[in-house]
Amino acid sequence: MKILVCISSVPDTTSKINFTADQSAFDKNGIQWVINPLDEFGLTKAIKLQESAGATVTVINVGDSTTEPVIRKSLAIGANDAIRINIEPKDSYSVAKEIANIAQSGGYDLIFCGKESIDYNGGAVPGMVAQLLNQPFINACVGLEVNGAEATAVREIEGGKETISVKLPAVIAGQKGLVDEKDLIIPNMRGIMSARSKPLTVREPVNNEVKVDAVSFDAVPARAAVKMVAPDNLDELVRLLHEEAKVI
Amino acid sequence: MAIYVYAENINGIYKKAAFEAVSYAKAIADKDGETVTAISINPTDSSDLLYKYGADKVLNIKDEGLKGFSAKAYAQAVNEVADGNIIVFPHTTDASSVAPMLAIMKSYSLITNALEAPESLSPFQVKRRAFSGKGIMHAKADAAGVIVTVSQNAFGIKENAVSGSEEVKNLSVANEDTKVISHEQSSGKLDLKEAEIVVSAGRGMKGPENWGMIEDLANLLGAATACSKPVSDIGWRPHSEHVGQTGKAISPNLYIAVGISGAIQHLAGVNSSKTIVVINSDPEAPFFKSADYGVVGDAFQIIPQLTEKIKALKG
Repeated sequence: MKILVCISSVPDTTSKINFTADQSAFDKNGIQWVINPLDEFGLTKAIKLQESAGATVTVINVGDSTTEPVIRKSLAIGANDAIRINIEPKDSYSVAKEIANIAQSGGYDLIFCGKESIDYNGGAVPGMVAQLLNQPFINACVGLEVNGAEATAVREIEGGKETISVKLPAVIAGQKGLVDEKDLIIPNMRGIMSARSKPLTVREPVNNEVKVDAVSFDAVPARAAVKMVAPDNLDELVRLLHEEAKVI
Repeated sequence: MAIYVYAENINGIYKKAAFEAVSYAKAIADKDGETVTAISINPTDSSDLLYKYGADKVLNIKDEGLKGFSAKAYAQAVNEVADGNIIVFPHTTDASSVAPMLAIMKSYSLITNALEAPESLSPFQVKRRAFSGKGIMHAKADAAGVIVTVSQNAFGIKENAVSGSEEVKNLSVANEDTKVISHEQSSGKLDLKEAEIVVSAGRGMKGPENWGMIEDLANLLGAATACSKPVSDIGWRPHSEHVGQTGKAISPNLYIAVGISGAIQHLAGVNSSKTIVVINSDPEAPFFKSADYGVVGDAFQIIPQLTEKIKALKG
């Protein structure tokens, strides 16, 4: 079984988000980069299938050379090899096109992505990759068992869950639950050392078309100062919620 | 050319998010002097519900093959009937699964998580959620057509009744790749992303056995319950209730956070709530800085009292 895991390099979850002075781009100064947390669920699931079913796991990232530490971390976690498409991503479509191009000839049985990236929150790449490859797509996946050329996937739906059988190859967009949070792999020294010698292939992009432009960015407007209410005066809180905020 | 909108139903019943998407489509149509055509797959609800929010026409796709959800097959079905250059979707799990596939089929731009009505229609430009709610992006569509998904509870539902008409479309879309084996819907439980009020709690509750008072308050308010990441990580609550950067992003009218300190990752998922109330015994909890109303005190005393006082208000 061959598995392709799509990973995105994103600002650490504790990052304060600032934009450049002209508001045209995200300000990368002082940012620590991590594997998109939602991608880690797919990566860990792939490593579990590597261990249980002998799958080979290839990681793909669309990004310039600054994303290599995150790619190396994926190799340290256990991926067999990695591909980096040498372009700074511009929109979901251009990223999906590059991934689909690699997947087209790769013969992958499963493609894992995170449900969305925590930076641009498009949530569009997995579905676009699936359609570009004409493969089935399971979004918000919280459970997966592979049985030969089929898999049984559990996906989260609003207010419930749905279990689906899916023919492989397929694209799976994972989230928390695909593996348990406690099962996420922290690279050990052996993994880190072996990652240095694992193949990381750099490929040039094949597509230069984008379909969405990020024109500018704004910070989220600040709230007015908090109104504190004494714990022995909850009547006042109820009054504020009823009369001022008009929410109850 | 008509503005199209995907009116999502679940087991035939229209979702609140569908009404919001129709309201959004109507706002665009009114700007442009266009009409709204709503698309629904195997609904059992009456189309009157969609006319109420401004759908001039409802295309009811009837297809036995689409009884179970399949992102690919649903995208094919919508592709067959949607003939406009603006297509609106709610940003629900199902709709946001269909929209990217449809965007590829139609070679349209896809802008997800829209927060407001578009800033311009030609070119299509809209504010969207980015950086997990820590930023706002002004996104512009480059392609001739655009698909936009509307962040839930962001635009709101706006009644705008028209006298609409219905057309039944009999399709038979091939759906050979996926098959729904089982579908479990928690009965009577309010959908967290659709809820207008959310009562959420964190480690300050000390254990899952103490959630009864949170549920009592939520039931009284007609609210959904949620939790912080540590609480779902240790299994006190299901991860479907986890709100935050790596959980669900929500925008209710009222978010009540009990015993949650307000880590930046939690705030990312809830800071688009219209009103935030924070109840915490630690006066230094960072969440107070992002709240509208705060109470420093013991949740075990405050929540039952607050529940009683709201009960009295509601009579």
